[in-house]
Amino acid sequence: MATAVLTTLDPKSRAASRGMSDLAIRNLFIIPTILFLIIFNIFPLLYSLGYSFTDFRASGTGQTNFVGLQNYRTLLNDPFIWNNFAITAKYVIVSVVGQVLVGFGTAMLLNRSIPFKGLLTTLLLLPMMLSMAVVGLFWKLLYDPSFGIINYALGLGTFEWLSNPSMALYAVAITDIWMWSPFVMLLSLAGLSAVPKHLYEAAAIDRAGPFYTFFRITLPLVAPILMIAIIFRTMEAFKTFDLAYVLTSQPTTELISIRLYKMAFQEWQTGLSCAFAYIVLIMVLAITNIYVKYLNKVKER
Amino acid sequence: MTSIELRDVQKYFGSLQVIKDMNLKIEDGEFIVLLGQSGCGKTTTLRAIAGLETIDTGDILIDGKPVQDLKCSDRDIAMVFQSFSLYPHMTVFENIAFPLRATRMSKTDTDRRVREIAQVLRITDLLDKRPSALSGGDMQRVAIGRALVRRPKAMLMDEPIGALDAKLREEMRAEIKRLHLKQGSTTIYVTHDQIEAMSLADRIVIMHEGRLQQVGSPTEVYSRPANLFVAQFVGSPVMNVAPVEVESSGGSIHVGVGGASRFEFPATLLAQLDTADVRTNELALGVRPEGVLVSRDEKNGYFPVEAHLIEPLGSYDIVDLRVGDQILRARTRSGYIERAGARVYARIDPSQTHFFDTSSGDSLGIRL
Repeated sequence: MATAVLTTLDPKSRAASRGMSDLAIRNLFIIPTILFLIIFNIFPLLYSLGYSFTDFRASGTGQTNFVGLQNYRTLLNDPFIWNNFAITAKYVIVSVVGQVLVGFGTAMLLNRSIPFKGLLTTLLLLPMMLSMAVVGLFWKLLYDPSFGIINYALGLGTFEWLSNPSMALYAVAITDIWMWSPFVMLLSLAGLSAVPKHLYEAAAIDRAGPFYTFFRITLPLVAPILMIAIIFRTMEAFKTFDLAYVLTSQPTTELISIRLYKMAFQEWQTGLSCAFAYIVLIMVLAITNIYVKYLNKVKER
Repeated sequence: MTSIELRDVQKYFGSLQVIKDMNLKIEDGEFIVLLGQSGCGKTTTLRAIAGLETIDTGDILIDGKPVQDLKCSDRDIAMVFQSFSLYPHMTVFENIAFPLRATRMSKTDTDRRVREIAQVLRITDLLDKRPSALSGGDMQRVAIGRALVRRPKAMLMDEPIGALDAKLREEMRAEIKRLHLKQGSTTIYVTHDQIEAMSLADRIVIMHEGRLQQVGSPTEVYSRPANLFVAQFVGSPVMNVAPVEVESSGGSIHVGVGGASRFEFPATLLAQLDTADVRTNELALGVRPEGVLVSRDEKNGYFPVEAHLIEPLGSYDIVDLRVGDQILRARTRSGYIERAGARVYARIDPSQTHFFDTSSGDSLGIRL
């Protein structure tokens, strides 16, 4: 495989006439990318791992002391941090489940021959292409208790979406669902249209009802691609910052990334926040790993 | 048990009529083969019977009850697809059990029925495998198993062995025949392969451009083709068809082929041609290669012809004879004529000839 990818340079090409070998060209393309990755990703990642064992403050000039695992101990024993995790978990579940239901449902509706299907699909994809901050700003307007169109349309009077502590997190999740359901829809649509038509014909001949066909044929065959959508959306939802930050500042919507931001750049507890970031990283990796294991199991079939 | 009937069925795809005035009655337990070239409407007919296609007018009756407005799940018909259509994410067992589980049969009954059918099809040791791990022939067996397991009123098969290689096709052909004899379910089988049709069918239904051409047993279709299309479609190598002139002189009748040769025919031909009332310039003679008799030596009634081309086919040779400006293909035992270009002698066996009206294409039904 690896050798098949490496093709030799055409000796008559301009690059060859300038005395470049195919190895030189490979390096020309790859080395800048790798350097970029190392400087902006790998290096900070490792460097922050070092900081996570210290009481370093980026704002101060005080001496930095090595504190061992103290930062981790502090964080994992902090009930407020655990509350942030609980909020995030709730948010991830509500928003991903919502996106899968809405996205997959829309895909099912679109997976037939209807007029203007292409146009409809493109229009449905628009929310996904907007900037998070912009979406946050105009949903803030839509949610507004006095002039927001949502209360007007639903006849909710002056119902407070964002300043109501028990509603605010759901309001953020609804916005996220609106924005990212198209992503799940797009992948589901690809999965659904890849299910061969003749399997549905065979199922009809085999006297399977619509629900049986859906749960025994459609869903298992779309499952792998749906899993990929879920992995992406879970990871993204876990990291949500801008949407929640722009929409509301309730303590009930303090997701881990918001807590992390405050810890790092408002309280300037750099060492502690590095440790926090590492805890989050390990959690996301663990969750993703569970999905990937399951995905491989599904793919085996 | 099950009979299926089509009455005046018409089907259009847009402005294209794919089934034209289809009338057919299939008796209980019969093995019917729909034979025709691709695009002749045979698969559409089958899918219409299954309920996968709607028909525009006419009736489809199963056991006397019109079913054309029922969904396929309400027709109680099983089907084997050309692409097998096995469910890729299920094991062989689950595939065969699917129709039973879909109708909520109890677990023990399902288990028993699947194992029974697996035994009949000799795939018991494959039950835990997935379709992707199976060979073509085994996939085929599983597809048949899935169709048979629920004991349907009728089996429909859409070129079920068309995707297999030649040797496996022959094996599966025998297997399908064996299964049909054992199960006795009414079967409709679609194919473009006339050998499959001949070897499997109780009756063959030949279709061309959406129209039914002839219905009959394999022997009937072979030895008494209803028209020129059937005559040239059934049988390999193809039947010779040539325009002929009939001359009568002094009690004996001669049929001229290719402007030169005159083959002697029994006198009864003339009377039969008279009743058939066909214009002489629209008369064609059809004779299968085995009806063209070849001799190396001069014989009474044989005409000298040139052996133009020899195709050795193992068990026999096909020899192209140049008869005037026509070519007649004859079947000889292998090696009988040693080289192309040789002068040999030929005659036509009148009892194996067919006469057609070239304007309508219909057979004149003349038997000599």
